[in-house]
Amino acid sequence: MKVHARRAVVAGVLFSLIALMLVLRAVDLQVIKQSFFAGRAAHQQLRTIRLPAHRGMILDRRGQPIAISTPVDSVWANPRVILGQKVNLAPLARMLGEAPERLAQRVKGFPKREFLYIARGLPPARAQSILGLELPGVHVQREYRRYYPAGPVAASVVGFTNIDDRGQYGLELEYNHWLEGKPGAMRVVTSATGTPVEDDELIAAPRPGRNLVTSLDMRIQYLAHQALAGKVAALGASWGAAIVIDVKTGGILAMANVPSYNPNVRSDLKASLYRNRAVADLFEPGSVFKPFVIAAALATGRWRPESWVNTGDGTLDIGGYRIRDDRALGRISLTTLLEKSSNVGAAKVALSLNPEYLYRVLSGFGFGSLAAGGFPGTVPGRLEFYGRWVPAQQAAISRGYGVSVTALELAQGYLAIADGGIFRPVGFLKRKRSDSGVRVISSRVAAELRRMLTTVVSDRGTGFLAEVPNYRVAGKTGTARLYSVRLGGYVPGRYTSVFAGMAPARHPRLVVVVVIQDASHQVSFGGRNLIAFGGLAAAPVFQQIMAGTLRLLNIAPDPGTVLAKLKPRAAWQQGPA
Amino acid sequence: MFRTRIDRPLLIALLLLGLGGLVLLFSASGGNWQLVFRQGIRLSLGLILLFALAMTPPRYFRMASPALYLLALLLLVAVLIFGARGKGAERWINLGLFQFQPAELMKLALPLALAWYFHEHPGAPRWDEVLAATLIVALPAALIVVEPDLGTGILVIGAGAAVLFLSGIKPRYLFGFALLLAATLPLAWHFLHGYQRQRLLIFLDPQRDPLGAGYHIIQSKIAIGSGALFGQGFLKGSQAQLNFLPERTTDFIFSVFAEQFGLIGSLALLALYAFIIGRGFILAARAHTRYGRLAAAGIVSTFTLYVVVNVGMVIGVVPVVGVPLPLVSYGGTSIVTVLAGFGILMGIAAHRRLIDA
Repeated sequence: MKVHARRAVVAGVLFSLIALMLVLRAVDLQVIKQSFFAGRAAHQQLRTIRLPAHRGMILDRRGQPIAISTPVDSVWANPRVILGQKVNLAPLARMLGEAPERLAQRVKGFPKREFLYIARGLPPARAQSILGLELPGVHVQREYRRYYPAGPVAASVVGFTNIDDRGQYGLELEYNHWLEGKPGAMRVVTSATGTPVEDDELIAAPRPGRNLVTSLDMRIQYLAHQALAGKVAALGASWGAAIVIDVKTGGILAMANVPSYNPNVRSDLKASLYRNRAVADLFEPGSVFKPFVIAAALATGRWRPESWVNTGDGTLDIGGYRIRDDRALGRISLTTLLEKSSNVGAAKVALSLNPEYLYRVLSGFGFGSLAAGGFPGTVPGRLEFYGRWVPAQQAAISRGYGVSVTALELAQGYLAIADGGIFRPVGFLKRKRSDSGVRVISSRVAAELRRMLTTVVSDRGTGFLAEVPNYRVAGKTGTARLYSVRLGGYVPGRYTSVFAGMAPARHPRLVVVVVIQDASHQVSFGGRNLIAFGGLAAAPVFQQIMAGTLRLLNIAPDPGTVLAKLKPRAAWQQGPA
Repeated sequence: MFRTRIDRPLLIALLLLGLGGLVLLFSASGGNWQLVFRQGIRLSLGLILLFALAMTPPRYFRMASPALYLLALLLLVAVLIFGARGKGAERWINLGLFQFQPAELMKLALPLALAWYFHEHPGAPRWDEVLAATLIVALPAALIVVEPDLGTGILVIGAGAAVLFLSGIKPRYLFGFALLLAATLPLAWHFLHGYQRQRLLIFLDPQRDPLGAGYHIIQSKIAIGSGALFGQGFLKGSQAQLNFLPERTTDFIFSVFAEQFGLIGSLALLALYAFIIGRGFILAARAHTRYGRLAAAGIVSTFTLYVVVNVGMVIGVVPVVGVPLPLVSYGGTSIVTVLAGFGILMGIAAHRRLIDA
């Protein structure tokens, strides 16, 4: 064999060996380690993205939307990709109306992160044009944003969600589990820049949240808000609350709070505005509390509506305290006691009752415990245990001092009077009938009490401004001196004005409670300037809400009421009293 | 006459590879017709050159060999002075219509020049002849390395070494070269560019920079590995289609192929290359003259080295050096010079047959 032939053989063997090595390596990669590399491929090509679920709407009892979710898009960035590939974000910044340097700085601040929100809640069309820039590492994510068509009108009741669509306050928080959907997951194929290219597999479809049908009626809610807001502004009051309850179902038709806030734009609002004062703020009710003491008295059977009480010269000294009436009423019936709101009379009636018995009846009306309704931030009222009562305290409680309530608690108590003496919890959800309740007083006593309370809302009574033409209204005024925890006593010249009532009086369909706290202006009435008594400040608001609601709900007038009995007073009721 | 000069099995294999390469390029480029069209033009140009050279008597090649070598050498100098920069290296000369890479020409010219030299100096090379041959190899290799194009430089040296080896050089010289290589390696390391050192380190451990320098080879292995036995199908390879695989129309086109056609496809492609190489060596062995034998063997060796280095690189057994897969990778000069080389090969083989006849 010649040298070059041998060399050719050597070269041939060498090349064959190399070829064999390549083949073995191919087998190694494509067969032996195949699953490892396929796994690596899947790992970098597949990504699981969250599919947000649509949050259920909050609706009023007639199906009007109170809170709705609309799709929006959020732009996020992967700083690692952007910094790694030195992506120029200037076009994105221009589109967002942000300074390019600021955006670049923001991304540079998180070099290790793989997720950074750039802009949230953009209209989908704008997000699409941002995607059109085709910047590596810039992505868009579908989200939902909550809108509240009624704005401030129902804000304190409905509450709001945070940017992640979670309920933070109000019904949004309380019923979050119901409203909230379950986000789904989708596996997508992504390109090397991380942009989803196609859907691979739907791991879980997003389960949308359920709609919440509330007992609220937005027409009544608007009405209550407007009436209350007007009066609170006119009187320079610190806050006001109004509640309308449907007697048949125990459903809350309206719950207004003033001041309120716009839940659609709340970046610059104070947290104190969020509070639903109707359930969260305690106050001493004053005379609106008297009917419960009279109810306890009537239920003993020893007292009748026409039973006499001697109020003497309008003063009563007890335990070092002096209780006064506005003027000497002398010997009056229980009905007149309520009509004229006699403090001395109420104290005498209360003192005639066994403390334990009185406590049990008051507790039965729901006082001193947490108001039902399931609302976040609800505060229980305070009613001292009877074992610690002294006569002076028992007398004070009879006129609504030394006891504190929320507006909702008060409404629940009045609901029991309206509902034939049965205490039933109220609620925010639409329902056919009310929950079963506990009887506090007999229906006969409840009817007697309602009849007595109609005299309050008459020409002779303190609540004459609450009169609604063609309907008989049973109600009670209340004016309590404002207690200041800070000052440790009652503040001179400052009051809580309350009106609580129901209509039609014989078979009540509605209970309305209005609270106006700390009116700083006086009420001008009949040419005189008067302090904001419950009968002057809260009663006109009650009247407006009650009249409007009766009309809206097509409730038949009481039989026997004079149709279209127009009085000159009707004109006074229109403007701020 | 035309028929007899063309080696039909080799031509069919080359056509199969070239046309298959166009189809693969279509897939690898994500359906870029323009790219495929340009490559098709070059393929046609190369085939025309192949036919023309196959019909040229080999003695013309022999006579032209030193001139071609000198021309290539001059162009290599020129590219350093006037060259267009591409990706940090001066490798191209702009000819207006398209760019031209002198190093590719040298890949062809060097084996021819060596063959010519040994043809002029018959017998086992003496030491001074070995030295001269070494210079013939070292001069262009040095020029290519400083471009810098280390991969092509090494391949040129490899092709030269193959010709030297086949020329019947004495084993003691081979031993001497091995010693010299071992001695210059540390020195060579010193002269390497940062990215070249990086590539070598990455070759030893790709995971030391998975998103940076090691990215190419990791993505390439993932692509090949996920091809499995039968591949993901034509136009389907996810690594390539989703842009994970870099340089997928050029240096890493084999990965695209392996991902789409699996181990079966990879072996078939390697077999096609093996057939072309084997057929080339058979034709070389049939050459009548020493020039013919060495030139032909040199051309086939260069081709072989390209295939081995490129495939070895994408499957991770050879460090990443920018070397195209012959006849398949997108790139103009390479496809033309490779086909020209096979034209010369066929010409040499045909000539022998004509004389024998």
